[in-house]
Amino acid sequence: MSEVVMKATRDGFGEAIVELGKENKNILVVDVDIGKSCKTTQFMKELPEQHVNVGIAEQNGAGVAAGLATCGKLPYVVTYAAFGSMRMCEMIRQEICYPKLNVKIACSHGGVTPANDGASHQAIEDMGIMRTLPNMTVVMPADYVSAKKLVKASAAYEGPMFLRFTRDAIPVIYDENVELEIGKAHLIRDGKDVAIIANGDTVRLAIDAAKELETKGISARVVDMHTIKPLDVACVTDCLETIGKVITVEDHNILNGLGSAVCEVAAELGKGKVKRVGIQDQFGESAPYERLLAKNGVTVEDIVKIAQSL
Amino acid sequence: MREQLSVKELQNKCVDLKKHVVDMIYKAQSGHPGGSLSVAEFVTACYWHEMDVDPQNPRWADRDRFVMSKGHVCPAQYAALAMKGFFPMETLDTLRKEGSPLQGHPSMNKCPGIDISTGSLGQGLACGVGMALAAKMDNKDYRVYVAVGDGEAQEGEIWEAANTAHKYQLDNLVVFVDFNNLQIDGTCDEVMPNGDLGAKFREFGFDTYEIDGNDMEQMVAALNLARAVKNGRPKCIYGHTVKGKGVSYMENVCSWHGVAPNEAQWKQAMDELNAQYVK
Repeated sequence: MSEVVMKATRDGFGEAIVELGKENKNILVVDVDIGKSCKTTQFMKELPEQHVNVGIAEQNGAGVAAGLATCGKLPYVVTYAAFGSMRMCEMIRQEICYPKLNVKIACSHGGVTPANDGASHQAIEDMGIMRTLPNMTVVMPADYVSAKKLVKASAAYEGPMFLRFTRDAIPVIYDENVELEIGKAHLIRDGKDVAIIANGDTVRLAIDAAKELETKGISARVVDMHTIKPLDVACVTDCLETIGKVITVEDHNILNGLGSAVCEVAAELGKGKVKRVGIQDQFGESAPYERLLAKNGVTVEDIVKIAQSL
Repeated sequence: MREQLSVKELQNKCVDLKKHVVDMIYKAQSGHPGGSLSVAEFVTACYWHEMDVDPQNPRWADRDRFVMSKGHVCPAQYAALAMKGFFPMETLDTLRKEGSPLQGHPSMNKCPGIDISTGSLGQGLACGVGMALAAKMDNKDYRVYVAVGDGEAQEGEIWEAANTAHKYQLDNLVVFVDFNNLQIDGTCDEVMPNGDLGAKFREFGFDTYEIDGNDMEQMVAALNLARAVKNGRPKCIYGHTVKGKGVSYMENVCSWHGVAPNEAQWKQAMDELNAQYVK
């Protein structure tokens, strides 16, 4: 077995945005004073004339980005997921989504990954909130490689987008040649007994669960649903129709995120059974990341148990 | 093209504009006449003295930009846009009606000539800052004009945006503060005292010009000064205005913030405004 490379998705963003900025001088970073932890320091160093820092003023950051976008710029507003989805929410709604401007909200520290920071900094509502805004696209990459790929793709994708990265180094699961398309699910492994649809840092849990299930004679399909809006309805429908048993896994509230999106398809289709693994509609606390996930039943063991019970 | 009318011509243009404001709100039986009338001199001066815009090409990249941050007074801007030829005059009769480009609050993708959608207060100045910053980045000389209400200045984002305008030395940005001292629940002094807004903007790094905001001569002089002084400081024209200016029964009456006139009131308003043309 080859050695597991560990890298954070926020690093994938930080590297890709520099490459994008060099290719296109209209690509800007709008920072709100957390560029260091969101990995825009290199962009600031190499492309200072394309870098804006509005200070600790998220609402203004979203508005400034909207104004820049009306003048042909392609701004990436960079902050933590909690602030990018909630402190900026109404500005994103009125000044970015309603006029359908080409602004990307690029957020690190999604989910409970800012673990020791506690509940104030953990974002468990963000993707759900963003998903309900018309014209918004919501994306969360599963590893460093896909983060780079999807950030590159985001620049060519016209319209508002919320990109969610995370803090911790996690295993790189994709090789450099993987092809990913915004709005299209990526099949990681096929299976016939149960489908595990996951996104972000929890995709690796889904993969490990599938391996574990294989030893127990259960064949699991694993899907990386990196885009929860627009949802790849065809992929979800296929999971529901051909397999019928679906588990969703996410580092997000089980309300309004990936799990809800999949349930909506299942309910309207009237076929299949869905179980949601995710944050159990409760605030987090300062604790190790893995402990926070475990307290919410987001572990390989939990996924395996649910698969066996279906 | 930048039209530059004389002060007298601007005054008469402003009467035309105010008549359209009252008329469209009367026909819609919905809208915000008070603030639309207090900001009318600024809007008129922008479109017929100050701004370089092209009604045939509303998204012309080098145009000057106008942001109605206090979006509810969009009837004043709609009237100006129609009078400039951005869309037919008859469109004004569709204000707030289903399918109209003239939404209750301005939508940039529905109405030609609207540079950014607004409505929820406090957000437009940040957008104007982004536009002015883009001009600086691209070494372009277009300018940005933003109308902010005094009540609206209670929103924190206004001051976040003011900080940014100062940091990035946006002397191509002009903020007009429509200081009519009235908001929905009463006077600004009662609801949330603003203090000296001019002093506040000065403290935030702006050059400020305190004028009678319903006096066209002073408005034009302030705009000329704001354009002439290229010192890296954003500009704030702090205009003392009268809410409902030009229609006697609306002037300084809080309840005319968001109510439409009835037929008799509409007729009286038209008569009063018709008497205000300068010969």
